[in-house]
Amino acid sequence: MLDSRIPEGPLAEKWSKHKDDIRLVAPANKRLIDVIVVGTGLAGSSASASLAEMGYNVKSFCFQDSPRRAHSIAAQGGINAAKNYQNDGDSIYRLFYDTVKGGDYRSREANVHRLAEVSVNIIDQCVAQGVPFAREYGGLLDNRSFGGVQVSRTFYAKGQTGQQLLLGAYSALSRQISKGKVEMFNRHEMMEVVKVDGKARGIIARNLVTGEIERHSAHAVVLCTGGYGNVFYLSTNAMGSNVSAAWKAHKQGAFMANPCFTQIHPTCIPVSGHYQSKLTLMSESLRNDGRIWVPKKLEDVEAIRKGTKNPVDLSEEERDYYLERRYPAFGNLVPRDVASRAAKERCDAGYGVNDTGQAVFLDFASAIVRYGKTEASIQNLNNPSQDKIIELGKGVVKAKYGNLFDMYQQITDDNPYETPMKIYPAVHYTMGGLWVDYNLMTTIPGLFAAGEANFSDHGANRLGASALMQGLADGYFVLPYTIGDYLADDIRTGKIPTDSPEFDAAEKKVKDSIEALINNNGDTPVDDFHRRLGLIMWNNCGMSRNEKGLKGAISEIQELRKEFYKKVRVPGTADEFNSELDKASRVADFIDLGEMMCLDALTRSESCGGHFREESQTEEGEALRDDENFAFVSAWEFTGTPAEAKLHKEELEYKNIELKQRSYK
Amino acid sequence: MNITLKVWRQKGPNAKGAMETHKMTDISGDMSFLEMMDVLNDRLIRDGEEPFAFDHDCREGICGSCSMFINGEAHGPGRNVTTCQLHMRSFKDGETIHVEPWRASAFPVIKDLSVDRSSFDRIIQAGGYISVNTSGATQDANAIPIPKVDAEEAFDAATCIGCGACVATCKNSSAMLFVSAKVSQLSLLPQGKPESKERVQRMVDQMDLEGFGNCTNTGACEVECPKGISLTNIARMNREFMKSSLS
Amino acid sequence: MSNNGLLKSSLAKKYMMALTGLFLCLFLVGHLLGNLQLFDTTPEGAVKFNEYAKFMTTNPLIKVLSYLTYACVLFHVVDGFVLTIQNRKARPVKYVVEKGSANSKWSSRNMALLGTLLLVFIATHMQNFWFKMKFGTVPTVKGTDGTDLHDLHAVVTNFFNPVENEYALFMVIFYVLSMATMGFHLQHGFSSAFQSLGINHPKYTQIIKNLGMGFCIIVPLAFAAIPVFLYYIQTAH
Repeated sequence: MLDSRIPEGPLAEKWSKHKDDIRLVAPANKRLIDVIVVGTGLAGSSASASLAEMGYNVKSFCFQDSPRRAHSIAAQGGINAAKNYQNDGDSIYRLFYDTVKGGDYRSREANVHRLAEVSVNIIDQCVAQGVPFAREYGGLLDNRSFGGVQVSRTFYAKGQTGQQLLLGAYSALSRQISKGKVEMFNRHEMMEVVKVDGKARGIIARNLVTGEIERHSAHAVVLCTGGYGNVFYLSTNAMGSNVSAAWKAHKQGAFMANPCFTQIHPTCIPVSGHYQSKLTLMSESLRNDGRIWVPKKLEDVEAIRKGTKNPVDLSEEERDYYLERRYPAFGNLVPRDVASRAAKERCDAGYGVNDTGQAVFLDFASAIVRYGKTEASIQNLNNPSQDKIIELGKGVVKAKYGNLFDMYQQITDDNPYETPMKIYPAVHYTMGGLWVDYNLMTTIPGLFAAGEANFSDHGANRLGASALMQGLADGYFVLPYTIGDYLADDIRTGKIPTDSPEFDAAEKKVKDSIEALINNNGDTPVDDFHRRLGLIMWNNCGMSRNEKGLKGAISEIQELRKEFYKKVRVPGTADEFNSELDKASRVADFIDLGEMMCLDALTRSESCGGHFREESQTEEGEALRDDENFAFVSAWEFTGTPAEAKLHKEELEYKNIELKQRSYK
Repeated sequence: MNITLKVWRQKGPNAKGAMETHKMTDISGDMSFLEMMDVLNDRLIRDGEEPFAFDHDCREGICGSCSMFINGEAHGPGRNVTTCQLHMRSFKDGETIHVEPWRASAFPVIKDLSVDRSSFDRIIQAGGYISVNTSGATQDANAIPIPKVDAEEAFDAATCIGCGACVATCKNSSAMLFVSAKVSQLSLLPQGKPESKERVQRMVDQMDLEGFGNCTNTGACEVECPKGISLTNIARMNREFMKSSLS
Repeated sequence: MSNNGLLKSSLAKKYMMALTGLFLCLFLVGHLLGNLQLFDTTPEGAVKFNEYAKFMTTNPLIKVLSYLTYACVLFHVVDGFVLTIQNRKARPVKYVVEKGSANSKWSSRNMALLGTLLLVFIATHMQNFWFKMKFGTVPTVKGTDGTDLHDLHAVVTNFFNPVENEYALFMVIFYVLSMATMGFHLQHGFSSAFQSLGINHPKYTQIIKNLGMGFCIIVPLAFAAIPVFLYYIQTAH
């Protein structure tokens, strides 16, 4: 039976009471304890720095050439915190409530409340570290508003909030490295979790420069290895983002929770060709001012695709602002899952506005005019010409979104000030991940998971600006305390030896699998398989899913796996810098994970958040939740193959929030 | 479009490298430079040859991994873009494109186009931080107002992605733009001021120790920097260092 | 932390280059103002020039300044030499293709070359005049107060007179080219010195840059005009 170890007591007191109750490790004893942290994104860097500061000996690993390059760096929009600086009625409870509702009631109340509680500390901490958040003229912090909520609680640093927060955590990490409290291993990939007597006691890592297989032991292992959106091949993730660390842990006994919960972000730059290697996000903040539309008439769609008609020439009556039409209350600011599905619906009906038929317009023309008029009034211009208004408006839009507009133009060669942007949904974040209890420990004792790598806080859909909050909350303020509860038993254990039979076996397993890939006499590059896996996943386990498609996908993936091991070609050798080998190991794990995601999606025959089962929808085509049968977390246990994984259920209890069907109409 | 690529091939850190020529056909202008390299690597693998090693990750211009010296310029001919955001439409049909790794003794080549930039990490470790514990028990974030202009100037310096284009493009392989960006960011903020004296000394010492060259103010770094980090940061560091040395 | 950072650090070398360079700029101004007297071709002008030369070689304050100038040149040269060697070492393998013109001024990338050429010029220039004055025989003339003066005016004018000096035309050309070299050296050096000393501010930087541009054109041009003028007036009739 899964024990989430949620503390007793009223919701708002659980965390503080828990902190008082859990066991501590005395400072002198912390020096006797080693902790391995894999990953250096927001969660990993902050956890490494905090643990080292507390006195533990930390070994930190990342596959990038520097810890500063982890993909948290690419987060654009902002970070939520219940500071209520804007005095708009925000509170810890409201942040908690919005997050649970936004997640379509599939997250754990206690965890989300704790997240909301520590959110305020994050901002204080980051400012103290020198993170240059946006400020108002009075010198105080500025906030903005994000999708799905009614307050302004998002702190930001232009369109580079993730970068600034990560560099803050990286600097804290660097400080501990210089003190010798963290030993940093760049360009290292975790290949296996080593269990001794059922507990996680170390990892096998591969030095990506020399190919050397290394043994590292510790009293606990923390995985902060991010999400697995790259299973779709095309996503907004970095090229190196992978599931391998989490998947190895899963195969060793850590349960995977809600793996099918994937966030498809509505505003990304559409695919332009078969060579496409990744997709680029355009911040959600653009939906504050951009209006999303497609033409009403199919002949206009045709003309626009052919280039014989310019979208700006279509009159208001000829346009279908479908979000405003379908969701008058929230309009263009509906949550991400809703906006994405609506775009897909229009494109599936044939209204997509680019060559591939998979794009909708995001139009700033009316915002430009609106801002232009305000600006003209500020500048005391009487009867300004339309051109003057547009010129002034473009200036305002440039000040707000300049860097995003530049990036868009760089990629597409279209000028978004003159012609509407083309956007389409793309895979962005995975709410699912390793199952963890309230202490962030997986089902393997001594193995912890933090940040996007765990499943705990976002339910079936994550709200904008919440990922950064969770990563830092876990790393700075949750894990460093809760891990003590486990490590208190290890103060007399002494160093974990790496010459044990368990390490021997784990190393052999890793070496064998690498040898098998290197010596495979195939003829097909790894990317080929990755692309095909991505397509299967996107078509069947993407924005909308059905039983037939998912079943078909599972057998297609099983075929793909066979072909992969038969035909993949990995050039070069195992003892050198070999990116193809790195990719091959990762894609092998993605194939397994993909199958499990389809199985999970198949099992959950309700619709909730980003998981839309066509069989479960309202008459208007909205997601229909089934709380009676599916108010639980699906936690999967590995039993040999992904298809035979065993389902464990953690029932979700809502004692503080009433379950309601989400409506944004 | 068709292009001729001349790409640096180097087996390992101590091996001798040389340019290798490859003809590319049917390249779309909408491809990013790295996607064009993917196409080349895909072909090489299918032909039983070794692909070119190069660093890349986010492919949206923010992680700072990609690092190619293209036609004599860091990150190629574009301005304010990284290699991953450089698109093939910036080149002409039939053009010959030279691709080389960053070259500096402080950035030794690992393989082909991939270099070791851990010297940058060590400079940050020497003092590129504010010594505050991560307890969360600091004062309220709004306790110290920071003038908007200062916050924005600090932000502009903080947007450095640590890609190393400044070093690569500098004829002296100087790391001044990188180091000064961090020194500037932290010295502009009240939170960073208490340590600013020690910080600049330690970071400059480490920079010298790593074997970067000296700044001769050519200004090339500012032009090639994909984030447009300004030379005023270097001047600020020069001031900070002098103040710190004289007091 | 090192407490003698100012002595060994790369930044210290920058400061030294900047300070010595700026002092040499001041020297140039003084030197030029004195030399402009050569445009006065009247006999009284010649006397004035010789009196000025005497003042410059005998005044103790000027003596100190001149030693300071030598020291600056020496420092500037040695420091520049050390920097150049270090900078070469910082990039052991050169680029196959390098397009510096895309991001920086030619002069900024070739300061060592320009400086070396200037060093050659300084040596030649000193041999041409200073050495002659110090160790050669210079005719004497009477000053306004009746004292004996070295007729340096004659030494200079004769040097650029093809009748007196068969290499005069060659020397005029050499001097003009050297001044062009100095112009390029100053084009980068002047404003660069301010940047090195940390004087860079959105409000003032453009002023410094314009000043530098003016300086690097006007000063070398004025210097170069002297041999051209002397050669011209001695060949025109």
